[in-house]
Amino acid sequence: MDFDYDDEQDALREAVKGLVGKAYGDYENRRRAVQDDPGFDEKLWAQLAEMGLLGLPFAEEDGGVGAGPVEIGIVCQELGRVIAPEPYLTSVVLAGGLVSACGTPEQRRELLGALSAGESVLAFAHDEPGRGWTASAESVTAARDGDAWTLTGVKEPVPHGARADVLVVSAALPEGGGTGLFMVDGADTDRTGYPTYDGTRAARIAFDGTAATPLGEPGTDLTNSISTVQDITRVMAANQALGAMQYLLPTTTEYLRSRKQFGVPLSTFQALTFRAADMYVSLQLTRSMVDWATMVVAKGDPVAVADAARRVSVQVSRAGRHLGQEAIQLHGGIAMTMEYSVGMYAAHLTALDHLLGDGTHHLRELAAHVTDHDALDPLA
Amino acid sequence: MQLELTEDERAFRDEMREFFTTKVPQEIRDTVAAGRELTKDQLVESQRTLNAAGLAVPRWPVEWGGQDWTEIQFHIWHEEMERAFVPTPLAFNAGMIGPVIAHFGTEEQKKEFLPKTANIDIFWSQGFSEPDAGSDLAGLRTTAVKDGDDWVVNGQKTWTTLGQYGDWIFTLVRTDPDAKKQAGISMLLIDMESEGLEVRPIQLIDGGHEVNEVWFEDVRVPAENLVGELNGGWSIAKFLLGNERVGVAPSGITKRVIARVKGLAEDRFADDPLLRARIAELENELLALELTTMRVAANSVEGKPDPASSVLKLKGSVLQQQVSELVLDLAGPAGLASGAGDESDLSEWARLAGPTYLNLRKASIYGGSNEVQRQIIARNILGL
Repeated sequence: MDFDYDDEQDALREAVKGLVGKAYGDYENRRRAVQDDPGFDEKLWAQLAEMGLLGLPFAEEDGGVGAGPVEIGIVCQELGRVIAPEPYLTSVVLAGGLVSACGTPEQRRELLGALSAGESVLAFAHDEPGRGWTASAESVTAARDGDAWTLTGVKEPVPHGARADVLVVSAALPEGGGTGLFMVDGADTDRTGYPTYDGTRAARIAFDGTAATPLGEPGTDLTNSISTVQDITRVMAANQALGAMQYLLPTTTEYLRSRKQFGVPLSTFQALTFRAADMYVSLQLTRSMVDWATMVVAKGDPVAVADAARRVSVQVSRAGRHLGQEAIQLHGGIAMTMEYSVGMYAAHLTALDHLLGDGTHHLRELAAHVTDHDALDPLA
Repeated sequence: MQLELTEDERAFRDEMREFFTTKVPQEIRDTVAAGRELTKDQLVESQRTLNAAGLAVPRWPVEWGGQDWTEIQFHIWHEEMERAFVPTPLAFNAGMIGPVIAHFGTEEQKKEFLPKTANIDIFWSQGFSEPDAGSDLAGLRTTAVKDGDDWVVNGQKTWTTLGQYGDWIFTLVRTDPDAKKQAGISMLLIDMESEGLEVRPIQLIDGGHEVNEVWFEDVRVPAENLVGELNGGWSIAKFLLGNERVGVAPSGITKRVIARVKGLAEDRFADDPLLRARIAELENELLALELTTMRVAANSVEGKPDPASSVLKLKGSVLQQQVSELVLDLAGPAGLASGAGDESDLSEWARLAGPTYLNLRKASIYGGSNEVQRQIIARNILGL
């Protein structure tokens, strides 16, 4: 039982911080990076690949580095601290995670090798209009003709779907066979990209008898695997949100010290400093929960990971809204502008909150199981 | 970063679990589990059982009965104690004056007081707050004037918890009336049998007698009972209050109250999604608090608490209150039967729910009110 990072992990953090800090330490650079498609900096993406970060989660025989969840969490925290718009979470952790969990050895080598090298961006096409935050597909269906598979239906919103070289698509299997995963070349689809409110990109992707290659054993129901990879992604999204929150608090307190109204710094008003103190409380509690959930992922039991993912998601949802909203309010009008960082951080936290289930969604699950256990034991 | 306990830590946990569940009398543990008030004899018996095994004051220096444990061992000790509903060692003794004497006291004071303090041969009371010095503790006015070899103490203390059981009282007094507020304060150890010292009960809104006023009228205190430097009492007070913040939020007890409620009101859960959601949210917040306690404990340097300990006090007290509110809501109309006694058809937990809820309003006031904690966070941590 130990909450400390070791020296190698600290070194990793410094390296990532150095790289993404150079790119986006000046918020204006982030603003510029998301103005034009693909909504992120391809050069930085290549540098992340060179540093080995894109292959971090994947086995060495698949072209990856084989690092653990703590290391991936560190990367996500540092990307979150500068709200880097690069699709690390959705492409590497989520889509890459699915390939790693479900792909055949050949598929893993091919897709993850290219992803790790920065040659190919993956996206997970999963949400469907009217449905979200589930592990299954419904309105996009898969049809089989011998060994050939085709997909029909609409996926939207697909994070970074317009830029992705390869789409990992979930689809309802024939005859109620559950949910399968398929690979589709991005260029073979009818897709429309657009910006999201936090400056990144998503897309509508339509399939109309589009040829697709099954990921893993054809026809297998992969709902459970999808669920687990989503849970891991939730924990990594929590790491990313933590990084963003760790930026918001000091930025807000610095503003309270320097901004003068009525001839005095804002920090002379207790009505404001007490609210900053409450932000600190939220942040500390969140950090503990994120560290814990990351360690649960490292232990690897999928049932425990699902529980930890729900719990950290509730905490991060509550805290992300608290810090995002208060950071804007304590700054005042300046935080409403695009040219100042804080409002966009709040927007990014909001987007992360709604990527894989917000606090209320996960609380509903926890509430359903509230009588299944006695007192919670985080070390169990 | 690693979640698992090591093999040694697991063995240690088993050892603690075995001890707490077999050596401390069941009746005492049942009293704690039911949320009833402990008698003085029960408090003393429980602590002596722990002390005999070296488990009453593990955070003290080793030469005075402390343990050379890792932070995770301290955590396991505390967690297993609460899990078994063993009363935690008396805070005034184990958490407050013991560490103060060990840190600031003379060799004679250590020898005289520490063994008796660990074993509750002396039951300590706390003489800090006064009618005009609450959150603004440095505004205290009780005076001590040197007369020959003695200090002569006059004034009044208040909110003295369990003062009716007290043998001795550690007291902040003004020894230099001319110095700036904080600078003229000293700490004296005062025998509560002394002539001129009187304890008067205060009845609280839960109907109970938990706190007292302590009056001093020309109470003579031998000079050797001064702790630390003359006029150095404020540093001692800060040291003590810093330690108090860490121990004051019993997240382990609070989560077990929830667990108990789930068992008691099981039939209520099936068709009440709002109730389930309320419990789930509280459990989650308590988990975050417990994890923060572990993380902060690991960061304390040489006994100095991490400044983030204010978070523990602030959040811990609020959650304790929210859980008591939940229990009272669950009791519903049965909660009105607080004065019914055991002849009632209504269950004991429901009868205790109202007084407990009212009693716990104190949690956000004592130990440095939650507003004081926010001030500490804003000023000392955030630099505002």
